Amino acid sequence: MTAPILETRNATKRFSKSLDFAARLARRMGANVSEETVHAVDGVDLAILPGEVVGLVGESGCGKSTLGRMVAGILPPTEGSIVFEGADIAAMDAKAARKAALEIQMIFQDPFASLNPRMRVDQIIGEAPLFHGIVSRTDLSDYVDDIMRRTGLDPSLKRRYPHQFSGGQRQRIGIARALAVKPRFLVCDEAIAALDVSIQAQVINLFVDLREELDLTYLFISHDLSVVEHISDRVVIMYLGRVVESAPIADIFDAPNHPYTVALLNEAPRLDQRRRAFEPVKGEIPSPLDPPPGCHFHPRCPHAHARCSSERPALREIAPGRMSACHLNDE
Amino acid sequence: MTDGTLPIPKAQSPFRRFASEFFESWIARVALFTLLAIIVLALAAPWITPQDPYDLAQVDVLDGRLSPGSEAFAGYTMWLGSDGAGRDLYSAILYGLRISLAVGVASGVIALIIGSLIGLFAAYAGGRIETIIMRLVDLQLSFPAALTALILVAILGKGIDKIIIALVLVQWAYYARTVRGSALVERRKEYIEAATCLGLSHGRIVMRHIMPNCLAPLIVVGTVQTAHAIALEATLSFLGVGLPQTEPSLGVLIANGYEYMLSGRYWISVFPGLALLLTIVSINLVGDRLRDVLNPRLSK
Amino acid sequence: MTATLSVTGLHTHFFTRAGVVKAVDGVDFQIAPGEVMGLVGESGSGKSITGFSIMGLIDDPGRIVSGSIRLKGEELVGASDEAMRAIRGNRIAMIFQDPMMTLNPVLRIDTQMVEAIRAHERVPKRDALARARDALGMVGIPAPEERLRAYPHQLSGGMRQRVAIAIAFLNEPDLIIADEPTTALDVTIQSQIIHEAQSLCKRTGTALVWITHDLAVVAGIADRIAVMYAGRIVEAGGIDAVIDTPLHPYTVGLLGSVPTSNRRGERLTQIPGMPPNVLNLPEGCAFRERCPRAAAACHAQPPIAEPRAGQVVRCFHPHGQEASR
Ligand SMILES: Nc1ncnc2c1ncn2[C@@H]1O[C@H](COP(=O)(O)OP(=O)(O)OP(=O)(O)O)[C@@H](O)[C@H]1O
Ligand SMILES: Nc1ncnc2c1ncn2[C@@H]1O[C@H](COP(=O)(O)OP(=O)(O)OP(=O)(O)O)[C@@H](O)[C@H]1O
Ligand code: SF4
Ligand code: SF4
Ligand SMILES: [Mg+2]
Ligand SMILES: [Mg+2]
Repeated sequence: MTAPILETRNATKRFSKSLDFAARLARRMGANVSEETVHAVDGVDLAILPGEVVGLVGESGCGKSTLGRMVAGILPPTEGSIVFEGADIAAMDAKAARKAALEIQMIFQDPFASLNPRMRVDQIIGEAPLFHGIVSRTDLSDYVDDIMRRTGLDPSLKRRYPHQFSGGQRQRIGIARALAVKPRFLVCDEAIAALDVSIQAQVINLFVDLREELDLTYLFISHDLSVVEHISDRVVIMYLGRVVESAPIADIFDAPNHPYTVALLNEAPRLDQRRRAFEPVKGEIPSPLDPPPGCHFHPRCPHAHARCSSERPALREIAPGRMSACHLNDE
Repeated sequence: MTDGTLPIPKAQSPFRRFASEFFESWIARVALFTLLAIIVLALAAPWITPQDPYDLAQVDVLDGRLSPGSEAFAGYTMWLGSDGAGRDLYSAILYGLRISLAVGVASGVIALIIGSLIGLFAAYAGGRIETIIMRLVDLQLSFPAALTALILVAILGKGIDKIIIALVLVQWAYYARTVRGSALVERRKEYIEAATCLGLSHGRIVMRHIMPNCLAPLIVVGTVQTAHAIALEATLSFLGVGLPQTEPSLGVLIANGYEYMLSGRYWISVFPGLALLLTIVSINLVGDRLRDVLNPRLSK
Repeated sequence: MTATLSVTGLHTHFFTRAGVVKAVDGVDFQIAPGEVMGLVGESGSGKSITGFSIMGLIDDPGRIVSGSIRLKGEELVGASDEAMRAIRGNRIAMIFQDPMMTLNPVLRIDTQMVEAIRAHERVPKRDALARARDALGMVGIPAPEERLRAYPHQLSGGMRQRVAIAIAFLNEPDLIIADEPTTALDVTIQSQIIHEAQSLCKRTGTALVWITHDLAVVAGIADRIAVMYAGRIVEAGGIDAVIDTPLHPYTVGLLGSVPTSNRRGERLTQIPGMPPNVLNLPEGCAFRERCPRAAAACHAQPPIAEPRAGQVVRCFHPHGQEASR
């Protein structure tokens, strides 16, 4: 079996809102205020093989972006580790850490906020490779042209500013910027969510082509199941900071195991389901500030039983290559 | 989102767009024209004035306190009259403007550089360092500027360099607060995360990515603060603690004329006063318009 | 049965410094009581402006240049501000993507709902309150008594949108225009809201225009669909007909762009180029730069045709018509 290119081991991220002066004073005087802690990501184990496309799906606030940012090295994990090619990034020396950092790049959601509005396209794409000595100043122009062509941008536009491009073109600039440092692993965080339908198709096709040409591995974050289904080899479903199910694409869509996955699949709008009449899953997504005990899904789960509200179900292998975290699998 | 709504990629530089919007308001046009005229007159003073008010050889005490329109001993007409020492007021005002503008701009630019660097540093460093710096800023801003400046000048003494130092010390906090505010917003944007992800150095991220995107509000604060500095300098000079008689700024001229007000020789104070007023009002109007034009863009 | 709403030849233009923005440039549709019509199109295609035109909410520099909007036979174009105010919130209601467009952040939910009822009808406060509570219950809000006393900020985004929907249905309007009401919400919440809106329409006979850019959502809720492109409705018809056998090349391209399970891993058929700018749009078919079927004839404006009963299209060379061509 091939070794994974990237692993997260018990990756955990907590955000705590530290108390301001007034709140500390109130607590000193006996008021019931405590620091609020969000368990954005709660002990996630993930292993991604080279060349694989892993889709990460979940509803808003379940920690997808936070996990993606930890993988991309933008946020340090509170606990646990990110392992790249068998080595813990946090334990690497500076040189190796930098190499790993460049090999994992991120594509962002917002095509407006993710490009520096004061820089021209060639500066945006060329800055990092020049800074890291990947390309010499004399070769930079050709290098940038090449990457622009590869991402479907006309190199003659490289002296323009981001605001002179459409959303889809801007997203391509973001992809070109990441590719310029020769990454092997891309984290795509809702990379097409902000685009029009017809433009989404263009960018999805670009991702598919680049994967083949450059042997890339993707962690593809999206809330849109149909997009994930289209592009991924394997899907990981998250709910309130935890992975609830992980399985190859065909298995998960044909025979979902976890009750939350079942609900998600039923309720995702699809072209071939017209004027559906069914009872949708009840209830709201609980606040990550105060998640329910035991299985996070139990207040909404149609199969919940006594054990679910007290004991956290472990993520276990239920079939080769398939993992699920539900007590139903024990019976 | 707006693939279709974009004014499709026709290259119109941001500056052109900005300029056309700026000039939409006639008040802004008039104010900017006035300001430019004042600056040009001040810069060209040595060539367009009949007298160099600093050159004692050209100043004749016998010309003292002449009313507007009188003829000087040397033969030229003093359209705005003369002051107690016999200086042609028209010449003295233009030379005074040079000094007032120079003090205002110099202190503004230095305070802007120092203040912005401190603000940027605070925003990027975060944590305790940020808290300490920002408390210092709050402290500074809670004192009336004129009072702080007065105390500083009293300690430092007279002279153009001392006055600039005092004004910088009074003003840096405004810039620091402004820059920190916009830097905090920028720092959270995805392009900064992208820069981090690309392994760029901290210095590069601050100077090449965050700083240029904080300039817009700085320009606005900078213009308004420059007007403020000019007014402050005039106040100090009027009170006699600012610039010395040998370097007469507008404030000094107004102070000199003050004693003649009651004897009906209004022009010695009033004309320099009008010049000061015109300068400050036009800078402020330009600043207001800049704010109107730049602000909605900040969110985009 | 007369249509609840009938829009014919609607043109709404914005007269800006840069030129004329033809935001809506030829929109025709009808909607029957209790019917749900999906209005889909990409960003900037004029969906929201169509909605605002019906609501009489077009402000300067925009103007309805021509066309007619009839609510149960009554002409709304040119109606006085006063008349429109009496109609809005009573006979036509609107739901926005951001529920805070409807809700006042400083007022409690009950205050706002009672006000919404009593603005159009003289009812005792107690009755209004009871009606408000029932309305909240109908959109699936648990413990409506409690929620009535909450302020908007104490509710989640999904709850707020439900309250906005409940307010829209309060006066049992003839028509509701919902502009991307679930775009900002999660899949499970979206699905609950769609479910509730659908059953409310059937029960009250309210006609619903559901504006969205998401074809899959429309497939889930609508009886009929209208596809907009650059200010015009280019195709409209029954939901099954349009999605299974589309006529307009743009609809075909749009459907090909949506990933579906039976094309897993394949390249998507993509429409080249990008949507045009509706500022200073040239004459003729707006899709011709991107259309694989474009021909010389397309430089003229294609007329509305009805090649199949109940399915209209604006195109010279529609799909599925090869035999008759
Ligand atoms: N910098 C931060 N400080 C405090 N809380 C945060 C921070 N970033 C994220 N969170 C919280 O962590 C949780 C997970 O956020 P995250 O952005 O990872 O969710 P997500 O799955 O990406 O959601 P979405 O689909 O809305 O993007 C949320 O409850 C969020 O409020
Ligand atoms: N006040 C205005 N002045 C000028 N042009 C406007 C104005 N309002 C809207 N437009 C233009 O009208 C066109 C249609 O806008 P509209 O808001 O209806 O699009 P939409 O289909 O709702 O798009 P989205 O999916 O982004 O909401 C756009 O090109 C827009 O730029
Ligand atoms: S563990 Fe219990 S509550 Fe959680 S998903 Fe399984 S059955 Fe439902
Ligand atoms: S009218 Fe012509 S250009 Fe327009 S969609 Fe039809 S075939 Fe294409
Ligand atoms: Mg996210
Ligand atoms: Mg809209």
